[in-house]
Amino acid sequence: MLGIRNGIVSRDRGGARLLAVLAALAIAAPILNQVVPASSPLHLSAFGITLIGKYLCYGMLALAIDLIWGYCGILSLGHAAFFSLGGYAMGMYLMRQIGPRGVYGNPVLPDFMVFLNWKSLPWFWYGFNHFPIALLMVGLAPGLLALVFGWFAFRSRVTGVYFSIITQALTYALMLGFFRNDMGFGGNNGFTDFKDILGFDLHSDATRVVLLVITAVALGASYLACRVIVESRAGRVMRAIRDAESRTRFLGYPVEAYKLWLFVFSAVVAGVAGALYVPQIGIINPSEFAPINSIEAVIWVAIGGRGTLYGAIVGAVVVNYAKTYLTGAFPEVWLYALGALFVLVTLFLPKGIAGLAPAWRKKK
Amino acid sequence: MLLPALWSIGHVYAQAPGDAAFLSTLGELREATYSDKATIAERLSQTGHRSVRAVLTALMEDRLSYRNSDQKIFIIHSADQDPAQLIDPLTLKSAGSAPADSLTKIGTNNGLRHTLRTVVAHFSLSSPDAAVRLQAVRDMLQSLDEPTLDLLRKRLAVETNSGVKREIQTGLALATLDGTDPNARLDAVATLSHRVSQDVRNRLALLLDKAPDGSFVEPDAKVRRAAAAAVASIDEWRGFYSGIETLFFGLSLGSVLVLIAFGLAITFGVMGVINMAHGELMMLGAYTTYAVQTVMPGHIGLSILVAIPAAFVVAGVVGVAMERTIIRHLYGRPLETLLATFGVSLVLQQAVRSIFSAQNRSVVTPEWMSGSLQLNGALAITYNRLYTVIFTLIVFVILLAVLKRTRIGLDIRAVSQNRAMAKAMGIRTEWVDAMTFGLGSGIAGVAGVALSQLTNVGPNLGQSYIIDSFMVVVFGGVGNLWGSLIGGMSMGIVNKLLEPYAGAVLAKILVLVGLILFIQTRPRGLFPQAGRAGEDK
Repeated sequence: MLGIRNGIVSRDRGGARLLAVLAALAIAAPILNQVVPASSPLHLSAFGITLIGKYLCYGMLALAIDLIWGYCGILSLGHAAFFSLGGYAMGMYLMRQIGPRGVYGNPVLPDFMVFLNWKSLPWFWYGFNHFPIALLMVGLAPGLLALVFGWFAFRSRVTGVYFSIITQALTYALMLGFFRNDMGFGGNNGFTDFKDILGFDLHSDATRVVLLVITAVALGASYLACRVIVESRAGRVMRAIRDAESRTRFLGYPVEAYKLWLFVFSAVVAGVAGALYVPQIGIINPSEFAPINSIEAVIWVAIGGRGTLYGAIVGAVVVNYAKTYLTGAFPEVWLYALGALFVLVTLFLPKGIAGLAPAWRKKK
Repeated sequence: MLLPALWSIGHVYAQAPGDAAFLSTLGELREATYSDKATIAERLSQTGHRSVRAVLTALMEDRLSYRNSDQKIFIIHSADQDPAQLIDPLTLKSAGSAPADSLTKIGTNNGLRHTLRTVVAHFSLSSPDAAVRLQAVRDMLQSLDEPTLDLLRKRLAVETNSGVKREIQTGLALATLDGTDPNARLDAVATLSHRVSQDVRNRLALLLDKAPDGSFVEPDAKVRRAAAAAVASIDEWRGFYSGIETLFFGLSLGSVLVLIAFGLAITFGVMGVINMAHGELMMLGAYTTYAVQTVMPGHIGLSILVAIPAAFVVAGVVGVAMERTIIRHLYGRPLETLLATFGVSLVLQQAVRSIFSAQNRSVVTPEWMSGSLQLNGALAITYNRLYTVIFTLIVFVILLAVLKRTRIGLDIRAVSQNRAMAKAMGIRTEWVDAMTFGLGSGIAGVAGVALSQLTNVGPNLGQSYIIDSFMVVVFGGVGNLWGSLIGGMSMGIVNKLLEPYAGAVLAKILVLVGLILFIQTRPRGLFPQAGRAGEDK
């Protein structure tokens, strides 16, 4: 029903608008920040740049979730784990870049290792001083975890709420693990105090603008990739799996393989989002693994409109903007508003914000 | 659970003779020097008054004071409270309170405290209450001297209670180890080899040590051999008991999970609703406990018993309201329910923050739930853990009875198995839905009462346990109370068994990973639901 209607939409109007907005942002943000003088009301501050960058990263995470949830019916309540793994991989590179500028001035060991009295770098930190290797790990770490986890889960046909709950267990277990000091990932405090990336100062406006542009481009690219996947033949099989898994299996499609590769791809997208997030925010710690973060991300998708891809991104941006605004202006009200939003959206807007436009057009 | 509470409330004393003599002797304490105080304490104990122990213990702990206005002596309930809670030394009942600076403390020094300890121990040794005698013997064993040993030997001859007898024998045997007769020492070692306490073990192990000059502390080789055997045997027993203790810790951790999982087993298992606000319903239960205690501050012991039904009602009503306004529109869409109930959980959390503030609230543990049950020298079980396990079993039995033996239980099962057919048979399915959800929510509230005794009561209380309990439900098999019980208990035990080797956090991670692997082999849990209801498509 829902699936068929969405599937045949060949003219992706929402997606085109999204890409246009992203392109405009990628052009306008550098101008507004670098060219427009700071006294002008149109000037975009470094804070604003970082904020927009953060929203876009969240948008990318939401996109990854919508790809598997909206098009294949896999609800992962642990996607923030992949996001954080990507973030940690990037964080490890950034930590190595600090070099002797740390508090303890050790050229090889990050501060927290010196603090813990470690004598040498653990083996899994080797190579992270090279950017290409770190970049590889940004995709590889979440991808491999998703591959192993998904292979186990889908092979034995763990579906529906069971899958949701064990993904939650996964991210919870990872959170507990990363909180431990002896894991070698900075324990409680995680990584912070980054200095530069590829030699560019992370605190300068120019670097921030470039990171934002890269994030916008990455988001646009991953949107297109997801769109290509869901419009392909494989995408149609995935929707069939979502709507009637057993039937698809009986028709001879290798359901598990489709689910597994889609899940891995989605995890990689989430990991890249995390990797873009860390240099802009400047910190990564184990609380990013908290199950609540994954649930919140799912909620962005639900509010934006599940199964539309662009809706997920819109949802992430809108909810996070509301969060930034309300926690600043009315901290007491924020949770009430967010809570009420979830209830009202699920009750009255089952298709989310993205579902509003077509309904409104029909009415006219 | 009720009995100990009644004991503490209903301890009624008969009017004792010699109140006047006791009081006048007591009065002398106000002006006495430290050495006089010691003799006054002796004389007090000779009155045989039933308050002697309480008064002397209070003196020992610096909790005996007199009121400046009328020179009347009181026991203070707790030394550093202001205003101080007064206790009448004659009746041992509450006598109101007074600001701390209107009272003068009756001072003690170390020497006096030492004397007092002996006096109290001697007095307690002749108490009619075996538990008091046992404690007295234990106190005396801390510092054995010849007069004490004499006293213990005399007591052993007339003692009837086997536990006290055993304790005295232990003490005498320990003292004999220092003696000169090798045969007596051998006998003492034989006696001690049947004990399991750490003190005894260490004392025996000392016999095997060498002095700095290379000679053995214990000159007799036979005694040394016996001591070595005794230490080995004690170690074996201690290992066994610590195994039991671990098992019990596991059970008590498991029973908390089970208690939470029962509510989930109903809402998630029977109704197929993933209630993300379940943790917040527990939180409501815990806050209800706090509220009840605030309303009846004088009856902490009773307040818990009142809080249980109150929490059930509060959480149950909130649950029914949730079902009627939100969840009933979302049946058959489990993922949407998840989002909506998550929204509710945020609202409930913020509501509690607005009403009670974001700080943790302290719920007082009633007297009958604090302390521990000392089973022997190696094994002690804390009461709050013990009661949690018992409470969980009681809730389990009640819940099972409700589901299997009552009309509403029948309705609930009918609707969960085949809604259309149940409706055709005239069951008001809508009403049953509301009641089922209310029942599950109420049980969550009851779990909150138990949690309020084990952890901090704050707005985040619900979140810390909710994931574990979802695991329990999935592990045990959805919609199966037996599954939840066995699943939760075994998860708790495995967790505690792993803890000594892996540490608390790693143990938890291992359990989670183990669970993820377990789900692979049995995707529907330990006890899968049979029939069509178990299949989603």
